Amino acid sequence: MAKLTAIEKKQSKYGYMFIAPMFIVFVVFSIYPILYTLYLSFTRFTGVRDPEWVGIVNYTRVLNDPNFYESLLNTVRIWGINIILQVGLAFLLIMVFSDLKYKFKGLKAFRIIFYLPNLIAAASVALIFRMMLDTDYGTLNELLLTLNIVDSPVRWLKDTMLAQLSVANIQTWMWFGNSFILFMAAVQAVNKEVIESAVIDGCGRLSIMRYVKLPLIKPILIYVGVTSLIGGLQLFDVPYLITDGRGAPSGSLNTVIVYLFNHAFTYRNFGYASAIAFMLFLIIMTVSGIFVLIMNRSRVKDFLNKKKNDFSEYRKRKKANI
Amino acid sequence: MSYDQVKQDVGKMTKKEKSKQTAVYTSIYIGLFLLVLITVVPFFLVLMNATRTGNAIQNNPLAFFPGDALVDNFKILMARANVIRGFFNSLFVSTSATFLSGYFGALTAYGFYVYKFKGNKPLFVFIIVFLMVPPQLAFLGFYQFMANLGFVDTFVPLIVPMIANIGTIFFLRQYAEGVIPKVMLESARIDGANELYAFHKIGIPMMMPGIATMSIFTFIGSWNNYLMARIMLNSPDKFTLPLQIAQLRAGTVWVNNQGAIYVGLAFSIIPIVLFFIIFSRFLVDSIAAGAVKG
Repeated sequence: MAKLTAIEKKQSKYGYMFIAPMFIVFVVFSIYPILYTLYLSFTRFTGVRDPEWVGIVNYTRVLNDPNFYESLLNTVRIWGINIILQVGLAFLLIMVFSDLKYKFKGLKAFRIIFYLPNLIAAASVALIFRMMLDTDYGTLNELLLTLNIVDSPVRWLKDTMLAQLSVANIQTWMWFGNSFILFMAAVQAVNKEVIESAVIDGCGRLSIMRYVKLPLIKPILIYVGVTSLIGGLQLFDVPYLITDGRGAPSGSLNTVIVYLFNHAFTYRNFGYASAIAFMLFLIIMTVSGIFVLIMNRSRVKDFLNKKKNDFSEYRKRKKANI
Repeated sequence: MSYDQVKQDVGKMTKKEKSKQTAVYTSIYIGLFLLVLITVVPFFLVLMNATRTGNAIQNNPLAFFPGDALVDNFKILMARANVIRGFFNSLFVSTSATFLSGYFGALTAYGFYVYKFKGNKPLFVFIIVFLMVPPQLAFLGFYQFMANLGFVDTFVPLIVPMIANIGTIFFLRQYAEGVIPKVMLESARIDGANELYAFHKIGIPMMMPGIATMSIFTFIGSWNNYLMARIMLNSPDKFTLPLQIAQLRAGTVWVNNQGAIYVGLAFSIIPIVLFFIIFSRFLVDSIAAGAVKG
């Protein structure tokens, strides 16, 4: 930083004063708990007596715990189904609403309606679908039976595969409107003439999507994918509340956070739960790191391309001069 | 068919093309309509079922007309969970959290933007890292720490940490750059305004649209927060709405009382949907703005 002038020096004091309250709270309520969780992960601690230092025992246990891997797999599986459906649906919607030939009305209203499920508490969503997807009394089964689509009640939340599929679908129901709004904003920012000229060059709808719109919304797509993965790895409310809170049926809804929550607050096993939390922490940090790399790589590429273009322009101009 | 051809041919469209066009419009509007149904029907059923008895819902789960059991359902609900209390608990927590997050978010963003000081950039980068690495994952340490301080079963852990709402600070820091002219602050100083006064009289009003945008999302997030409330609050008279709603699922014979459960759900859903519809015009664009900038 350049040397500060006298006035700026006097003012720098205010800078510290203005950011101090936030930093104190941040250190006390965010940084310290992270370090404290790290400490707890090296202890045996039931919440009653003082934590007892046990070294890396908890971590070796996590790495050899089939239930941990299963919970991770459950979480990723639910997220994977969800993100495919969610992004797919949002893509279909932007194709519809950004079509050049067919103009569909009501974009604003549709955006609001599709966003509604994203507003309500996941706790409420879980309870609504807990009732609607009930095997014996649920509205959905009642409807399917009345319409003769199925012969016997579907075990939505009692079959392991169906339960994961149901939760993935519920997550999609909650989030596709959000993705749609984000993608739509990105597409609308695209210069219309670019798309029109692609049409003139004979591009069909799919190739416009593939070669024109997709690259332009790629940053927002990566953003949606990564924030959704970070959130998805921490999936808790819906799988916890929609069945018995321990991952029923047969542990299929046992996500990582459900698993560590139960270790901490049901079995009073805070040390082990903290180790699980830190493993998840590391996984999320790795994912975020890769995300930053990808983002920066494209930025670096853009920069290099621009330089290259500038250079060829420069050579062209030079040639013309000669 | 290419685009300019289409443009030329619009006036003299053949019958075949016209009917094809109608077919495309119809089928896609039907698809959109189905999607709207899937989105809205659960909300609709919550509202309808809130007015019907458990038996009526069981006998006919898909009714499109309200029943007359709303008052009875409400009484059954209140016997199990005081949702009015829960509503005001949630309102208190969310309003306080939103206010702190907005005020201190603006203060911090303003501090980072207006003043030059050693460590300005590194400190900012340091907090931005936590946009990607969620500190809430450390909720076990947070819980134990709060327990040591005696804050379990109080609203403190749900409200005070919002002073350091990183997302808001990041957004407002970018926002301040666009809306606060530093020259204006200079002239205020020459007129003898002190720094805090300048922040209150110039900084906050200029950043207000940005603060409002972030506040809406802070409010919704806080209103819907389940995990932290579940961990921190023990006594039912302190329960926020999501806790009370979640508690309703525990009933063994829920089928007979499901009307009451639906009233509880309506209680948690209606305020936030109204809130959103009031601000929706303003909001939808900022969902995207927040993401693009964030």
